[in-house]
Amino acid sequence: MATHALPETPPRQQSARATPDVRLVGVRKTYGEVVAVARVDLEIAAGEFFTLLGPSGSGKTTTLRLIAGFEQPDAGEVRLAGVDITHRPPYARDVNTVFQDYALFPHMTVGENVGYGLRVKGVPRRERARRVAEALELVRLPNVAARKPVQLSGGQRQRIALARSLVNHPRVLLLDEPLGALDLKLRQEMQIELKRIQQDVGLTFVYVTHDQEEALTMSDRLAVFSEGRIEQLGTPAEVYERPATEFVAGFIGVSNIIERDGRRFTVRPEKIEMRDDSGRSGERGRIRDVVYVGMFTRYIVELDSGGELTVVKQNLESSSREALESRGKRVRLEWRPEHTFEIGTGGRE
Amino acid sequence: MESGATRFGLRIWTVLVVLFLWLPLVLIGIYAFNSSNIQSWPIPGWTLHWFATAWHNPDVRSSLWLSVRVGLITTGIALVLGSMAAFAIHRFRFFGRESVSFLLILPIALPGIITGMALNSFFVFAGLGLSPWTIVIGHATFCVVVVYNNVLARLRRTSTSLLEASMDLGADGWQTFRFVVWPVLATALIAGGLLAFALSFDEVIVTTFTAGAQTTLPIFILDNLRQGQQFPIINAVALAVIVLTVIPVTIAQRLTRDTGVLRSTAATAAAAAESVEVTTV
Repeated sequence: MATHALPETPPRQQSARATPDVRLVGVRKTYGEVVAVARVDLEIAAGEFFTLLGPSGSGKTTTLRLIAGFEQPDAGEVRLAGVDITHRPPYARDVNTVFQDYALFPHMTVGENVGYGLRVKGVPRRERARRVAEALELVRLPNVAARKPVQLSGGQRQRIALARSLVNHPRVLLLDEPLGALDLKLRQEMQIELKRIQQDVGLTFVYVTHDQEEALTMSDRLAVFSEGRIEQLGTPAEVYERPATEFVAGFIGVSNIIERDGRRFTVRPEKIEMRDDSGRSGERGRIRDVVYVGMFTRYIVELDSGGELTVVKQNLESSSREALESRGKRVRLEWRPEHTFEIGTGGRE
Repeated sequence: MESGATRFGLRIWTVLVVLFLWLPLVLIGIYAFNSSNIQSWPIPGWTLHWFATAWHNPDVRSSLWLSVRVGLITTGIALVLGSMAAFAIHRFRFFGRESVSFLLILPIALPGIITGMALNSFFVFAGLGLSPWTIVIGHATFCVVVVYNNVLARLRRTSTSLLEASMDLGADGWQTFRFVVWPVLATALIAGGLLAFALSFDEVIVTTFTAGAQTTLPIFILDNLRQGQQFPIINAVALAVIVLTVIPVTIAQRLTRDTGVLRSTAATAAAAAESVEVTTV
């Protein structure tokens, strides 16, 4: 994957680069004894596709809800385009949310659902109709306006939820695991579709997911959450190739960590070359396990000097039989020095 | 498995059940037009006379009026208390929450005669004279739960993200209530209210203990049946009550259909589930 340092910059971004669209300053949220968000500082630029990635309970959804206004922080500040909105109710914030369960109003038609935000803001009927049609066109469902949400498939409901948020032209769109309820194939289609829409409308997207692949595919930048804190923040390539902590290394991709002389290193499994036992350099070991995954094979190698590493090899020439027979063989592992990183134990004291 | 014979047998059985349910009602309907005041089969001739007589009978009028008043007030109380209780139970976690739920449901499980006796001794103990209000209190004990159950079932099925979505899209509290909460709850309230009214309108047991000398329509019918008096008038009254019950139910169905909630199959299934929940309490 190429570095995603900066996305194709939509025109709005250049003028507004000085002030980030969303800014969280020392935000904290607790529920009684439970700390949902310990302390989060974050800046999201205009036009950016920004992902909050983490396991469940890591505080990513709470952070999104703090931006939406469904929750009030115990401390800290939420700023939207430079304006402090910490204490504004959800309806007075120029953000819209796509909910995990879509939250379509069951008693309204699709058209009424999409036009709801315009209706409560008093937009005249004719303009409303025009913008609803436009939004439905954008999500490629122009002919369902008269139907009820229950008459749509899961994927269609997802698109309608998206249209209902986009129709208001919010400053920032918040998406709470919007693809979580879809099956794999549909999810992959929607990932591409979402990215297309985001680039079409040039809107800031804040996207919550626990799916690392989704985060790597779609984001311009992402923040990895753990226990109410941001463990690492960066482009997908940075976070994947240079995980800052053990948690990030393990959560994104495979945890491949070895300890040498009291220092801990990580190396991604596809960066390791597996050679026969003869040479001198590299780490020696024995193949403990072989997992054939079709496109590639995963080898788990027990190292002589302690620890084990996962190695991934594309099945370019080897057949499944050959791969599986290599179990128990002695091997030597090598990788280029720039592919290994020393990591800390985590951001927590 | 479902052979032709079974299907035929099932059909016959269904017809028999429907007949069993409806034949007595049809019989009353026919007797209401009986020209003789003696119930004998076949009826000697047809007349509308008994409707006029019933309409001008002061006892019928006063008992009907009392029943309607009690039914309406009870329904009002049930709607307010039942929906408020449902909101509270649904929204908040508090000490004694389960007991409140249990206490609300208890009266409908308790035999009416126990409720009636208990209320009667309480009214005597408290020195409250028996009045339409004591009837209302008696009926309210088991009507509140009907609305409560309907509204709670609807609230449980309504995801909280609907309200958040509404606010998120720019609606303030009042708009959210008007455009989302009310339409989603309206059908549950109408269904609960109708059921409450119907329960109150034909209640006999609790009423006998809380009415004293007052006569509601069902008590009037029961008294006259017991004394073997005025059969033709009772038949006419009964037919009128049947018709009067069918009309609001039909209207309510139309109304709920227009809000669109019931048009969808999922919602219809859910509504069916709600009524099941009510009847199984």
